Amino acid sequence: MNDKTKRSATILVGIGIVVGIILWGGFNTAMEMTNTEEFCISCHEMEENVYQELQETVHFTNRTGVRATCPDCHVPKEWIHKFVRKIQASNELYHKMLGTIDTPEKFEAKRLELAQHVWASMKKTDSRECRNCHKFVSMDLDKQTPRSADEHDPHYWDAIDGKEPQKTCIDCHKGIAHSLPAGYDPAKQY
Amino acid sequence: MPLKPQHPQPRTNSIEAPGPDRRSVKHMSIKVMREKGMKKIATVTITALSVLLYSALALSEVKSLRGEDLSAMAKNPQHMEIINAKGGFERSYKLQPPMVPHEVDKYEINLKVNECLSCHSGTTYEEKHAPKVGESHYESRDGTTQQTISSRRYFCNQCHAPQLSTDPLVQNKFQGAK
Repeated sequence: MNDKTKRSATILVGIGIVVGIILWGGFNTAMEMTNTEEFCISCHEMEENVYQELQETVHFTNRTGVRATCPDCHVPKEWIHKFVRKIQASNELYHKMLGTIDTPEKFEAKRLELAQHVWASMKKTDSRECRNCHKFVSMDLDKQTPRSADEHDPHYWDAIDGKEPQKTCIDCHKGIAHSLPAGYDPAKQY
Repeated sequence: MPLKPQHPQPRTNSIEAPGPDRRSVKHMSIKVMREKGMKKIATVTITALSVLLYSALALSEVKSLRGEDLSAMAKNPQHMEIINAKGGFERSYKLQPPMVPHEVDKYEINLKVNECLSCHSGTTYEEKHAPKVGESHYESRDGTTQQTISSRRYFCNQCHAPQLSTDPLVQNKFQGAK
């Protein structure tokens, strides 16, 4: 290998790194742009149904003014899970083009099914997105109302003792950020 | 015994010769009536005046719950929180719909869902340790028992109200039936 080949190889690697950084950064920036609430509610299916309901709940309006946006609950924080979720979202784009839920009536008719998808994925991940903010170690049961504290108590101690959780957040906390679907049966395990 | 001829009584003509007595009686009656009318007017006036005076007095003692005059800013309402009472509230009278001893602002009752029934329905109350909805609430208006809650009883908060930790607006001595 002469000096000339060495130099061109170095330049090539250098260009590769720079282009790689730009592409990777660009890709991540583009993905982050789809991870904002403005992007989510730019689609009227989201804005007119679920976003309106969210505004009535404690995850939007509360004492301290801290609030959750759509991706805080619906998109994982870890890169790989986020990437997987974004690929799944291409199915949502397909149905957006088909107009599957483009009227409130169509949306309501499909709501129980859609909600069940969200509940199932939350249950599968042990409510990972809830636990990005809500952690049992930081929970003061004394500050909760007696009913909440009583219900949380066994799970709180399981978490503190590092035991397997018997229940996950979504098992009880359904319909807290959006209305429950018609036909929801509280006695049924979803 | 022959009847003693009676002295014919003098004929009197009331029109032609009205007695001085009659005239005075007529005159008197008008006078009396006038006096009576005057008395009535006086009585009414006095009554009206006294009613006005008393109601003015009474009104001056009525205080607006708002407290201030119209141009002033209203006082801040007392800070009120819904009472979370473990074990519930005592009823004040027999057959009173039980009062809700917890917060309810997060529970929706609408056409699609009744979130009260997430805990209080026959299928969930045991797991949630909640009082069960009364049997009567499953009866339709013809008295047949239904699987689901009667539409007449669907809106729980029409009868069951949560309670606020606040002083009564008007102090009172109400005591529930024991």
